[in-house]
Amino acid sequence: MLIFELSEPTRRNSSQAPLEDAAVADIPQEFLRNEPASLPEVSELQVVRHYTRLSQRNFSIDTHFYPLGSCTMKYNPRACNKYAMLPGFLMRHPQSAVTTGQGFMQCLYELQEILKDVTGMKGVSLTPLAGAQGEFAGVAMIRAYHDSRNDHNRSEILVPDAAHGTNPATATMCGFKVREIPTDDNGDVDVEALRAAVGPHTAGLMLTNPSTLGIFEGHISEIADIVHQAGGLLYYDGANLNAIVGKVKPGDMGFDVIHMNLHKTFSTPHGGGGPGAGPVGVNDRLLPFLPIPMVARDGGEYRWLTEHDLPQSIGRLSAGMGNAGVLLRAYIYARLLGKEGMNRVAEYATLNANYLMALLRSRGVDMAYPKRRAAHEFIVTLKALKDETGVIAMDVAKRLLDKGYHAPTVYFPLLVPECFLVEPTETESKQELDGFADALLGIIEEARRDPQLVQSAPHTTPVKRLDEVKAARELDVVWNDG
Amino acid sequence: MPFIPHTESEVREMVEVIGVDSIDDLFEEIPEKLRAQALSAVPQGLNEMDIGRVMMERAGSDGVYVNFIGGGAYEHHIPAAVWELTTRGEFYSAYTPYQAEASQGTLQLLYEFQSMMASLTGLPVSNASLYDGASALAEAVLAAVRAKKKATKILMPRTISPVYRQVVNTIVRNQGIELIELPFSESGGHTPLEMVSQQATDDVAALVVPQPNFFGVLEDVGALTDWAHDRGLLVIGLVNPMAMALLEPPGSWGTQGADIAVGEGQALGVPLSSGGPYFGFMCCNQSLIRQMPGRIVGRTVDTEGTPGYTLTLQAREQHIRRSKATSNICTNQGLMVTAATIYMALLGPDGLRRVAAQCHANTRQLLDALGQIEGVEKLFDRPFFHEGVLRLTQEPVAVLRALEAQGIVGGIDLSGDYPQMGHTLLVCATETRTDADIDSYRTHLERIMSRRRLDPPCAQKVAGNV
Repeated sequence: MLIFELSEPTRRNSSQAPLEDAAVADIPQEFLRNEPASLPEVSELQVVRHYTRLSQRNFSIDTHFYPLGSCTMKYNPRACNKYAMLPGFLMRHPQSAVTTGQGFMQCLYELQEILKDVTGMKGVSLTPLAGAQGEFAGVAMIRAYHDSRNDHNRSEILVPDAAHGTNPATATMCGFKVREIPTDDNGDVDVEALRAAVGPHTAGLMLTNPSTLGIFEGHISEIADIVHQAGGLLYYDGANLNAIVGKVKPGDMGFDVIHMNLHKTFSTPHGGGGPGAGPVGVNDRLLPFLPIPMVARDGGEYRWLTEHDLPQSIGRLSAGMGNAGVLLRAYIYARLLGKEGMNRVAEYATLNANYLMALLRSRGVDMAYPKRRAAHEFIVTLKALKDETGVIAMDVAKRLLDKGYHAPTVYFPLLVPECFLVEPTETESKQELDGFADALLGIIEEARRDPQLVQSAPHTTPVKRLDEVKAARELDVVWNDG
Repeated sequence: MPFIPHTESEVREMVEVIGVDSIDDLFEEIPEKLRAQALSAVPQGLNEMDIGRVMMERAGSDGVYVNFIGGGAYEHHIPAAVWELTTRGEFYSAYTPYQAEASQGTLQLLYEFQSMMASLTGLPVSNASLYDGASALAEAVLAAVRAKKKATKILMPRTISPVYRQVVNTIVRNQGIELIELPFSESGGHTPLEMVSQQATDDVAALVVPQPNFFGVLEDVGALTDWAHDRGLLVIGLVNPMAMALLEPPGSWGTQGADIAVGEGQALGVPLSSGGPYFGFMCCNQSLIRQMPGRIVGRTVDTEGTPGYTLTLQAREQHIRRSKATSNICTNQGLMVTAATIYMALLGPDGLRRVAAQCHANTRQLLDALGQIEGVEKLFDRPFFHEGVLRLTQEPVAVLRALEAQGIVGGIDLSGDYPQMGHTLLVCATETRTDADIDSYRTHLERIMSRRRLDPPCAQKVAGNV
């Protein structure tokens, strides 16, 4: 039932609107709308019940194990929400003077310092609104750097073929051509292919480490040298920062610029797809180009750094200073963890991934890179199961929902057939991992015994498997009661 | 260990299953020389009680002011149910609904959101949201340029927020797109057709039309839309969704309606929160749907014919099309959209219209009251919606500081961005401002203006004003 189907003409929530119907006679008729928008006319109880029930039709971290590879679905501490939503923070208008926001700005300043330390970079700007916007800012800085040196022939960004789709999409948005670098049999960047690809046209290389294949790129120093010697810069996609936080700093690996996904590593909520926050960090040579505004501390006071302070900045990315509320949540999380807690994140994320991988392997599940140590995630390949039973990875993913587990990321990275990318995160207990392993093994048994049962899954979710082809062909994206 | 559940004996069992001696051994593939030094800038951890104390102290020191600032972000009453429901863990801690069958709550809500936004803007298609209003405008510019293939220029009136124009420039300039700024009328504060019609339209993809514009002034949207369409340009409407409860929606502008509508959604149930997180929205004509960036939710059926919802048209997106995607965006501002959808459902068409009307009436009252003070005048003579510009005989920055000392944040100083207009202030009074608030602003402003007027000449010399 849609909220619109509960609607009844003239029903109103009089406690939620001004009691009087103010006159707007000074606005001439030609500017006014002729008929009201067709919003639902429902009572407050109907609204509360409807959206409470809708919420119950979701899987979430609070209700289910959610081992979605590359997405770092760890617990979002409630304290982060509570203390980011204090009235002094919520009520502040973004255009108010800095004198009305010193407490808020102190939090942001300290978060900048924490992120610089964790990444080993020289400067951090918190303004990008999400990981992809952080990527945009990072690549735009690479472009601004080359332009500032009148080095205008650097038209190409290199990305590994296993990269996240955002990497090539971002390079295009920044006006670059994209060249893919193949992956070798061990899952590492093919260093010889990279050596052959770089040249005076190379603006930079975008790399995730640990890679999207869930393994640490051991040749990183060599790769950095190759790119730097060609005059290019090295971009760190921080999607997998959770695997190394406190253990390795991207700055020490030779990266010039990095974005972080605070909704992953710093545990801010994913909220059904957003909001995120994608701060960028840079080394010395990119400092002048950081996006504005940033927070500076002069004496005991905090102020915004703007275009007046950073005339070479790539500019502004949002009307305000970024996703302030998300940044506050990340700050609170960092303070709760502290330095010793921060070190443990990567340790236990890696422990959980390797334990689950070892457990599954010992029970006959194939790994894409069995000889490699998992970082915080690993790739299962179900190709043998498909060959044997006809059951594909997506079927197994759907059947996992019946068993009360959110499915891992399916069919990414694109180069491994019938794959699952599994990322348990550090906040899951051994019992949860054991339960997941049992469920997956149970499904593999089912696939052998009764493939149809798995192929027609899910059976217990609010809807059965959805017709996605119909959704795209007979497009219905807006409700219409006509 | 914060948020890590492992006991020592479990860790021992787990490393044994893996076949190593310790957790440290798991990092053996990382070259020794790359191992990090200890963190130096991260303080020792706090427990929840202690971080709570820190945050309450900082939020408390920031205080709460009586707010007369708008300029793209507005203080509205947010019903208690909105965030009580939005922060339910099932919404708060879910991810992008890739597994549709396990995400019907979020997906149906997004479909309801799309339907509400399409109705508000009068256009047939909506996406599931973008980051914020400014970046949504940038995405609309990119979509228009893609749709028009060769054309790479965009007409941007200077009556659009300066910071929006800066953001669009940051995002689109690397693709060789040129933003051509259009002048505005000094008396009306709008973009007159006579001024626009001087503009050459070779190689122009679209005209952006704000309603209301940054000054709160209403533009002649019908005439501007028709002019642009007659020359083969697309029209991008930049609108405040709250205003759409009263004003003609972009889909009805001129003879054909605007092609794309975008804007900042914050007014619909999202707190001011120092600037974010907010959400941007984008609606468009059927013919432009494949140029639309971001997530789109479609209605379909399951294997038994039961209606259900799923992400659709994913072939536009980065995880499928990679370097040829419509945008690199992966986000929809799901949580903010959850709040907005619940907000719109609670208000309904009548409630939303009443809020918009009350905001307008309060701003009118504010402008009338302040405009009577000596040294303060209302600047533009055109119809407006819920925001207006005042010209002062004093520097706005000093006036705002004096108001702040009285617990009032009094508006946005426009003199940096629009120096030709003199000492100007953009003010707004939403439905949350009472008669007493407005009276207090008037009283304090009157006192501040008169005190400054009476300053002895020597004081003016010190301030460098003579």
